[in-house]
Amino acid sequence: MTMGNDTQPSYLEYQGKHKGLAGWLLSTDHKRIGLLYLYAIIVFFFVAAFLGLLMRIELIAPGKTIMEPQTYNGLFTIHGIIMIFVIVIPGMAAVFGNFFLPIMIGARDVAFPKLNLFSWYLYITGALLGVLSQFIGNGPPDTGWTFYVPYSVESDTSVIWALTAAFILGFSSILTGLNFIVTIHRLRAPGMKWMRMPLFPWAIYATAWTQVLATPIIGITLLMVIAERVLNIGFFDPALGGDPLLYQHLFWIYSHPAVYIMILPAMGVVTEIFPTFSQKPVFGYTAIMISSLAIALVGYFVWGHHMFTAGMSYYARWFFSFLTFIVAIPSAIKVFNWISTMYGGSIDLKPPLLYAIAFIFLFMIGGFTGLVLGSLATNVQTHDTAFVVAHFHYIIFGGMGFAFFAGIHYWYPKMFGKMYNNRVANIAWGFNFIGFNLLYFPHFILGIQGMPRRSYDYLPQFHTGHFISTIGAFILIAGMLLMLFNFIRAGRRGIKAPANPWHGVTLEWKIPSPPPHENFEEIPEITSKPYFFGSSDKTKQ
Amino acid sequence: MTENHTHTEHIDSETGKLGMWIFLFTELFLFGGLFLVYAIFRAKYSADFHHGAAELNAFIGAINTVFLLISSMTVAGALTAMQKGDRRMTMLLLTVTLMLAALFLLNKYFEWSHKFEYHIWPGSPVLKNMPQGELLFFGLYYMMTGLHALHVIVGMVLLSINLVKVKAGTVNAGRYVILENSALYWHLVDLIWIFLFPLLYLIT
Amino acid sequence: MKDEKQHISSYASLTVVLVILLTLTTISVLVTGIHLGPVTVAVALVIASVKVAIVITQFMHLRFENLFLKLAVSGVFTLFALVILITFIDYFFR
Repeated sequence: MTMGNDTQPSYLEYQGKHKGLAGWLLSTDHKRIGLLYLYAIIVFFFVAAFLGLLMRIELIAPGKTIMEPQTYNGLFTIHGIIMIFVIVIPGMAAVFGNFFLPIMIGARDVAFPKLNLFSWYLYITGALLGVLSQFIGNGPPDTGWTFYVPYSVESDTSVIWALTAAFILGFSSILTGLNFIVTIHRLRAPGMKWMRMPLFPWAIYATAWTQVLATPIIGITLLMVIAERVLNIGFFDPALGGDPLLYQHLFWIYSHPAVYIMILPAMGVVTEIFPTFSQKPVFGYTAIMISSLAIALVGYFVWGHHMFTAGMSYYARWFFSFLTFIVAIPSAIKVFNWISTMYGGSIDLKPPLLYAIAFIFLFMIGGFTGLVLGSLATNVQTHDTAFVVAHFHYIIFGGMGFAFFAGIHYWYPKMFGKMYNNRVANIAWGFNFIGFNLLYFPHFILGIQGMPRRSYDYLPQFHTGHFISTIGAFILIAGMLLMLFNFIRAGRRGIKAPANPWHGVTLEWKIPSPPPHENFEEIPEITSKPYFFGSSDKTKQ
Repeated sequence: MTENHTHTEHIDSETGKLGMWIFLFTELFLFGGLFLVYAIFRAKYSADFHHGAAELNAFIGAINTVFLLISSMTVAGALTAMQKGDRRMTMLLLTVTLMLAALFLLNKYFEWSHKFEYHIWPGSPVLKNMPQGELLFFGLYYMMTGLHALHVIVGMVLLSINLVKVKAGTVNAGRYVILENSALYWHLVDLIWIFLFPLLYLIT
Repeated sequence: MKDEKQHISSYASLTVVLVILLTLTTISVLVTGIHLGPVTVAVALVIASVKVAIVITQFMHLRFENLFLKLAVSGVFTLFALVILITFIDYFFR
């Protein structure tokens, strides 16, 4: 049974009140807004990745290679700001959440469609302001994306613009989260009880709460830094009685939960992929759902593990280290569940599954090294070294990034109604996987040997590691360009995608590809739990 | 058609209210960051905070508290009136609320300019020669009351929009989500002040 | 409006709530006059919390809302209290 029919125009062809470009820029359709985010993110991602490549080229040999130290400081700052605030924090939720959350819960749109569009405009304003900060005032900010005081107060580069950009992006993220919570509460299809909701919406739900409850803290913190710069207010200035460590507390009260804002939707995406490509119900539905909520909750109280060497009290360090180990448990539960989902299933090793499996592998390396950083004694050795750089790139890029790639391969046929070339996708996957590991794995070793992060120059003994890493960067960029090329070509010349190319069972596969304007001709009645792969499922196509 | 809303339908009351509540949560955490800073510095410099608070005029603070409490009641009353379909009463109570809000801001203006006469503003030389705790106290005072005043202004704009809409009849006994949500927002403004008042003026 | 029944607070009950709030404010101001030392802070904060609770439940109609919203509001305040508490684990023992 396929709901909706093919005679209805798809959301891509739909002609509303506005036509052409305005039909996109003024559309309140959640699917079009999702694509607006997608296109913006692709552009910013390749810009920031290119900046990262420039940094890697600089580091291919000791001493000056292609740029001045100050340029390098500016590069790692804007690389971090774009990657964190413009891409990974909004990324998953804004693209896939917008596009698929309403469809997967059987709704025609999000609860507040106009607010949704407004969020995108805030997002694009913030992102452009971040880029603008590179070209105005006294040159690009050089504080790193963390804006640590006292340097962020003293630096005479255009830090204020970058702070304002991050503030606006945060506001956009709050509104998106708010929208999703209300959507999930109010717009589930009849019969879709909470425990009948697919796990991607559950992950988005947990994420959205974190977005709503953590982001305001960074908002006020950034305002305080601006006040510190403009009004000399003294909160973070020891000379005036303030406390720089207080800034770090406030910053990480948001920025640690932000890591979960990044990774939870990623976990949600792969949770959708494993059952589909194993043709088997997800293993431990309740465990995965509870672990999402547990990660969001406990993740709120571990911020201090970024500050172990900063001079916190002993008890605080002990407390944060302990909770950091606790938060590893729900993540591990998920890993076991994904693997158990595949166990005994009829596995179809298509590109989405390849990326999802790579996600588990990379996420586990990132997670285990996270425990190295989370325990007090080893943290002292590895703090602020390349080891940290490796760890968070494994989590953020290896985890969130590869899950994004998995998701886009999984849902591309649904979003654009075209099939991409599997062979090219597999080759690109190989490049990405090998390139990624070559690029970041050496940093673990370099870090243990004592290579500091954010450093423009290094001792000759670190040369080999840096050299391998730069080679990896080139391979990774090549792989990602190939992947992008594959999608662009599919968009132009790909064969038409059927409604359900992967034999999925969640609601998005029961409507045409690409979906019609308001998703469902008739809102479906939900009568059972998700992920039921009955014998009749194969006939659905 | 099912009950689910589409683009063309209006957002129903429950949905709008839930959205507003969640937005208020974010506002609480926005001020929460400042309350956290306050708590830390207050614990560190309690004697200086004591002196700083003593320099604020508790009477003005108390009067402003009364203004906001009454305005919170009148806006709740405006909602009651709307639910009962009493348009004139709604408009009357909204106007009273707006006037009380204006009085609050006027008071705040006099309070601030009084401080400015003594050359106390963030980063002023006089302030920098004070004990560190007092400097931080006044920094917090300006930031907290300033951010709060900004919220008062936003609230006034929202209530004025409601006044116009009630007059035009677009907000009516059958559809008053905006009024309901603006009232919620206004209560939040009151709520923040309920904490600010003892923390800044009373703890001497 | 569609399905949920709206609760209407009467003017009388709103006035009673206002009188209680104003009384609490007066008490709060008066208590500061008596110098109780550190207890003053506690008393002022407790009274403020009571006032906030009254505004939320009465003026903001939380007592007529569904269980989820009640839980969410209490959860948010608890979360914030925990954040302050945990930050003090650092400052208190430093």
